[in-house]
Amino acid sequence: MTRVLMKGTEAIAEAAIQAGCNYFFGYPITPQNEIPEYMSARLPKIGGVYVQAESEVAAINMVMGGGSTGTKIMTTSSSPGISLMSEGISYIAGCEIPAVIVNVMRGGPGLGGILPSQADYFQATKGGGHGDYRLLVLAPSTLQEAVEITQMAFDLAFRYRNPVMILADGFMGQMMEAVEIREHVSGEIPSRESWAMGCMRERGGKRSILKSLYLNPEDLEQHNIKLQKKYREMEKEVRFEAYLCDDAEILLSAFGTTARIARSAINNLRSEGAKVGMLRPITLFPFPSEKLAELASGVKHVLVVEMNMGQMVEDVEAAVCGKAKVSFFGHAGGIAPSVREIEDRIRAIL
Amino acid sequence: MKEIKIYERPRAWAKGVHTHYCPGCGHGIIHRLICEIIDELGIQNDTIGTAPVGCAALMYDYFDIDFCEAAHGRAPALATGIKRTRPDKIVFTYQGDGDLASIGAAEIIHVANRGEKLTTIFINNAIYGMTGGQMAPTTLIGQKATTCPFGRDPQLAGYPMRMCELLATLETPGFITRVSVARPKYIIETKKAIKQAFQNQIEGKGYSFVEVLSNCPTNWGMNPVQAFEWTESTMIPHYPLGVFKNFE
Repeated sequence: MTRVLMKGTEAIAEAAIQAGCNYFFGYPITPQNEIPEYMSARLPKIGGVYVQAESEVAAINMVMGGGSTGTKIMTTSSSPGISLMSEGISYIAGCEIPAVIVNVMRGGPGLGGILPSQADYFQATKGGGHGDYRLLVLAPSTLQEAVEITQMAFDLAFRYRNPVMILADGFMGQMMEAVEIREHVSGEIPSRESWAMGCMRERGGKRSILKSLYLNPEDLEQHNIKLQKKYREMEKEVRFEAYLCDDAEILLSAFGTTARIARSAINNLRSEGAKVGMLRPITLFPFPSEKLAELASGVKHVLVVEMNMGQMVEDVEAAVCGKAKVSFFGHAGGIAPSVREIEDRIRAIL
Repeated sequence: MKEIKIYERPRAWAKGVHTHYCPGCGHGIIHRLICEIIDELGIQNDTIGTAPVGCAALMYDYFDIDFCEAAHGRAPALATGIKRTRPDKIVFTYQGDGDLASIGAAEIIHVANRGEKLTTIFINNAIYGMTGGQMAPTTLIGQKATTCPFGRDPQLAGYPMRMCELLATLETPGFITRVSVARPKYIIETKKAIKQAFQNQIEGKGYSFVEVLSNCPTNWGMNPVQAFEWTESTMIPHYPLGVFKNFE
């Protein structure tokens, strides 16, 4: 396939289809409506299923049901919708069911606004729903990366039998870029027959129960210990981009769209001779703490730039652990930090 | 003399388990009926249940079939995802009155309205059982519960909801019926209704909804005999038995 100009939302949808996702359950919310629209037109033609749920609450439970049969399933929504899905996400994590969830973030809290934002970092990486669970959280920065991450998300979801969240923002959803979407064949993925609903015959008549209820506290703790062990194993999936970090004296840290803007600011300042670099986390959970700690010992200052009021900065501070000064610059949803603003911030630090 | 076995454990009933239900509770009867039907239809390897939140939350322990737990009220959405991805399987939800008519009101209306090719078994005992006897959407006028200690007042809590009648206003659902387990003659009808609902799925027909009027001796403060008498004398007049839709 050659490169084609596509809108971010549609690129994510087609990438999922090319990764073998033939089932989509969703509910309309701006700014991600093109994904369910695309799926509703495309899936019936390839023998797939699109269902418009009555709410995000129902959509995520349909995702759980589809995932419980070991089928590649995706849903997409935006911030307030993800809040409604959080109950279901907790159950999916507790029952260890694979699923891919895309959040095309908009401003909050509450109804917030429909413009781009990154204010769901806490929700995605620290919980959202109840209980001790973790999602693998991936944050693409370009549409080509969004395509690759969407396809990889299905492999991760099945490898760990865990929900995977892709954190995009309204910019990524609505902008157009040239992308190449190839058919994605999964690597080694454990067979669904050992655990999924509907495979009792294949298991020789052995039933499977998918549940998160453990009334006996010792059993519940064992379940949680097992989950935590899995979350530690997920740490090897950490992904990041270290951009011009080798000689950097000032390190920026940003993800998604904001990292693109920060990159322009870094390029401009580099042409003036300033030693500025950036650590861009691609996985927000697991967070690239080790790499950040290593880089922090060689820089004077770490500037975190986000399109929210300062959320990832807490993980950066924890990783830097006093080795360098950490500061934050950001705007709430709807206003993107400009290249000039970021340059000014860096100049003030220099 | 030749021994004739007239009563045995259904194959779909998990070996060596006993239910946690209170003495005289209707859940055990309905569970057994479902197991007998699974045996008779020969679908043990092809049936997927979704367990509710409520007294029947642990029902997956009693059935030797695949089971997935649902969040409170969400079983119809969960079952939708299961059936859409495995249309070759027999999928059912089993929900109480709080689960189905209160917190899951949206899910039950829309699963019926989409005509999902699955079965809902709705256990109506006019009270929240597991949480300890609170008022349900189906609690009768004047009936006492821990959150309506003076009896349900329609001025404060509205009238008890008739889910069969409500769902029967929709065009899509295929089979809607109300049965009971208050007496052996009703139990026979309940088995027929659930069997037809499963048969509808085997034949690829649309959505089936079977409401079963049951009881709750513990939270009603009655012994089992009194409780089933109350189901018949007080619940059935408000919730008439019968078929409300049958693919007409």
